[in-house]
Amino acid sequence: MKNRSLVSIDDFSTEEILKILDLTEEFEKQPIQKLLEGKVVATLFFEPSTRTRLSFESAINRLGGKIVGFSDASSSSVSKGETLNDTIRTVNNYCDLIVMRHPIEGSARFASEIATVPVINAGDGANQHPTQTLLDLYSIRKTQGKLDNLNIFLVGDLKYGRTVHSLVMAMSRWNATFNFISPEELKMPDEFKLYLDNLGLKYYEHNDFTDIISKADIIYMTRVQKERFSDPIEYEKVKNVYVLRNSMLKNTKPNMKILHPLPRVNEIHQDVDNNSKAYYFEQALNGVYTRQAILCSLLGIK
Amino acid sequence: VFTIRNKIKKGRVMKEPKQMSVSAIQNGTVIDHVPASNLFKVIQILGLDRIENQITFGTNLESKKLGRKAIIKISGVFFEDEDINRIALVAPDAKLNIIKDYEVVEKKVVVVPDNIIGIAKCMNPKCITNFEHVTTRFRVVSKKVVALRCHYCEKITNQENLQII
Repeated sequence: MKNRSLVSIDDFSTEEILKILDLTEEFEKQPIQKLLEGKVVATLFFEPSTRTRLSFESAINRLGGKIVGFSDASSSSVSKGETLNDTIRTVNNYCDLIVMRHPIEGSARFASEIATVPVINAGDGANQHPTQTLLDLYSIRKTQGKLDNLNIFLVGDLKYGRTVHSLVMAMSRWNATFNFISPEELKMPDEFKLYLDNLGLKYYEHNDFTDIISKADIIYMTRVQKERFSDPIEYEKVKNVYVLRNSMLKNTKPNMKILHPLPRVNEIHQDVDNNSKAYYFEQALNGVYTRQAILCSLLGIK
Repeated sequence: VFTIRNKIKKGRVMKEPKQMSVSAIQNGTVIDHVPASNLFKVIQILGLDRIENQITFGTNLESKKLGRKAIIKISGVFFEDEDINRIALVAPDAKLNIIKDYEVVEKKVVVVPDNIIGIAKCMNPKCITNFEHVTTRFRVVSKKVVALRCHYCEKITNQENLQII
């Protein structure tokens, strides 16, 4: 994987994904390893994303690397009208690897073609966010002991959520069964259902939480955002339907874990937080180890 | 405009003389069965608006297959397959006659290529190719009803939304 970029989860073979997950396990056992000593990583955040940026910067710091970059386009030369092309060509000279978040779709692929150093896509608009997918896969494997034949429930905004799309695509490599729970307006798009049909994988669609969550191995929650609805009345109708409460977890499987890409608003009630099945904060911690593994893989250090 | 008799088809003389409303060429390429509505797109894709060779074209001609078709005759030009396949997006049924000394020496059909580079516009308004100076690149995911997946934003541009740059 040396000197490769990570733009889309599909850029990596199943074998390469598993290699990153194994390496993540190593970093979880020993997070402080000065493997990036003398290296400079540029973190270019053309739109703010505090969580992702801090996670990357924490990973780089724990590896002993140095960081240059910006956290907001307004504090960069973009505000002066510089093209992405020019920004990347310039920053390329200052660092050993670029981590980039950008609101325009396809910007990360474009950057990876211009840069001579590896580029990690930390989110390009509604398109891809592969490090999130890898940390989700790590969290699933860690809590379930395997990735094969799991029953995955995805809840909330399944139409616009890039995390759920990437997760469905990725988990389809391991014969998962999917249950999609969403309001009518935010259903899983046809292209992903068609993709699963072609692979012969099973999926079921529901409009609300049903008793069958007792069969779930993983419940992956996402936020239903008001601005996604064309009709505000529709939002009012469904806003409390997709909220997970502690009382709903009684009959769920002992191995079941609840994941969420965060930030959460109200879709997981706070009374769930102390349940041992709540895993979203550990999932965020796994993100740091996963990013350590990705940084080292792409730089050819591990 | 004059009449050509004895147009050669599949190496033999056609029984009925046919009246053509576009003049014959001695050497070059005839592109037939172009949808009339896409004539100028074909001209643009092949760069015919920038060459100095003699070109004649007719459009809104009657066609049983296409309703209204266009035909282009380019004198002294022979295309590589790779170049000619670029028009497949806008003229999938186009047929080429290679003319030498007024005779058809070869016939070709166009084939939709696996990758489309620098011809089509990505329909996603949030795609980087619509913001920066980037050559568009697509993988053809369906050839019958053309569907293109953008190399950059990974969104699909289909036939209905297809725009030629």
